[in-house]
Amino acid sequence: MIPAIEIKHVHKCFGAVHALRNINLEIPIGEFFGLLGPNGTGKTTLINILAGLTLSNSGSAKVMGHDVVTDYREARHALGVVPQELVFDPFFTVREILSIQSGYYGLKNNNLWIEEILHYLDLADKANINMRALSGGMKRRVLVAQALVHKPPVIVLDEPTAGVDVELRQALWRFIKRLNYNGHTIVLTTHYLDEAEELCSRVAMLKQGEVVALDSTKNLISNIAGCSIQLRLSPDKLPAALQSTMISYAEGSYILSVKDYTQIEGVLTALRVAQVRVLEMQLLRPHLEEAFIKIMNDVENQEPA
Amino acid sequence: MIGFYTLFRKEVLRFWKVGFQTIGSPMLTTLLYLLIFSHVLERHVQIYPGVEYTVFLIPGLVMMAMLQNAFANSSSSLIQSKVTGNIVFVLLSPLSYLEVFLAYVLASVARGLLVGLGFYLVTLIFFIVPLSSFLWVFLFTLMGNALLGSLGVVAGIWAEKFDELAAFQNFFILPLTFLSGVFYTVHSLPSFWRNLSYLNPFFYMIDGFRYGFFGISEIPPHFSFMVVTTFFLTISWLALRMLKTGYRLRH
Ligand SMILES: Nc1ncnc2c1ncn2[C@@H]1O[C@H](COP(=O)(O)OP(=O)(O)OP(=O)(O)O)[C@@H](O)[C@H]1O
Ligand SMILES: [Mg+2]
Repeated sequence: MIPAIEIKHVHKCFGAVHALRNINLEIPIGEFFGLLGPNGTGKTTLINILAGLTLSNSGSAKVMGHDVVTDYREARHALGVVPQELVFDPFFTVREILSIQSGYYGLKNNNLWIEEILHYLDLADKANINMRALSGGMKRRVLVAQALVHKPPVIVLDEPTAGVDVELRQALWRFIKRLNYNGHTIVLTTHYLDEAEELCSRVAMLKQGEVVALDSTKNLISNIAGCSIQLRLSPDKLPAALQSTMISYAEGSYILSVKDYTQIEGVLTALRVAQVRVLEMQLLRPHLEEAFIKIMNDVENQEPA
Repeated sequence: MIGFYTLFRKEVLRFWKVGFQTIGSPMLTTLLYLLIFSHVLERHVQIYPGVEYTVFLIPGLVMMAMLQNAFANSSSSLIQSKVTGNIVFVLLSPLSYLEVFLAYVLASVARGLLVGLGFYLVTLIFFIVPLSSFLWVFLFTLMGNALLGSLGVVAGIWAEKFDELAAFQNFFILPLTFLSGVFYTVHSLPSFWRNLSYLNPFFYMIDGFRYGFFGISEIPPHFSFMVVTTFFLTISWLALRMLKTGYRLRH
């Protein structure tokens, strides 16, 4: 089966800035994919190359099997992009914008779907208001609506929740999850790693224009972040045998890292041998954020001084 | 087809919604030109035998107003969209570059036509302007507006800031329109200036357009029309190339 997105050997330079270095990515149809990385690592540049807003220096990109340069019309039909920048056309109302946007994609009677989008994005009461008069968060919702107007099989959201309130954030994710459930492929960039962890089944982490990690969210968390346990002891003293596993100690509670939960038995044995009693024990669930920080630091350390 | 029509309609709505500025105000400016120049020169100048100077002036002013507004429409729409960033909605869409080009140019033609026609109809209340050949009037209207519309596309894509576009307009478009024989016939100029005028494409548009009204011209209208069409094709080719390669649009 053709992948939803296929990126091969893509390089991009802006003058002296090497924004993307040899990017290779394949995202299968139906996946909920996360593109993560610190500011300025090339996430938006990569999305813009998919959308045809930026031209790569070498390599190729395909959306639903259509090359974004040679087969641009089909590729753009298949793609809906929510841009990172808050852009809008000040001459029109929300409803006008959505019907114009439908027209660009060759759709004439799109009102039913437009109403549905307006409803799900909680924009119905703003439909006849001029874009200029909307608040920042409202404008962001319209950007999302514009990207969905032609029901694209591949939806790319570049930080869609920046500046959006909690309520809409949840409504937006419910809506996007539903689209994903119905077979749409979703690509998301966000700096909220808890959001990415909850939503994305697979993530790529970018650093300085390179993919430094690419795996399922589960694997990244368990392989890299590892597990940890929190302990309160009596007496309040960690045996020497366990010192090397300690991550932190604060107010009587130790946090120890363990490769996986089967190692807990070893920890307990060591405590018993040292005649230390366990007052309290808690398993800490690792998060994507830990994995992210670790990967970014590891990459930094690998770099030649 | 729906895509092209949507963009065309959007571009028309864009100027129509602020019609006071984009149609009303240039009409008024042109009427003021007519008032002032005819008042000052009416008794001293007669260019075509039996034609009042004011009446002589009207077709040239109609053409000048159309050309300036056709240029202003596509160029200002593009630069605004580029500066505010909402050009991405067109760039993200599956519209072909030919559709984008035609939509912008035809919207420019529409605006030029509205301003020109509006001014012309107002002058008809006060003056009797002959109409010798509707066909030539129509052909020069279409080609002149289309040429300036596509020149506006080129300038709008090329300019990265508002003042770059203003410079293009003030140092290029404006002198060429004023020095094209709107207020006089090139025939009456000293030979150096006359020869220079023959290099100005705007001269052929005015001269051919005027032929449609009075049946008199300095250059045979077929020749003028060929010159204008050649310019149109050249500028269109350039505009299409820019759109196709994404020059200053897709980075
Ligand atoms: N049009 C441009 N001209 C010059 N440099 C650019 C351009 N667009 C991006 N860059 C540079 O390319 C690099 C990658 O930028 P990009 O916007 O892709 O980062 P990002 O990962 O999306 O960051 P953020 O999380 O802040 O959105 C940066 O160094 C940026 O300065
Ligand atoms: Mg970005």
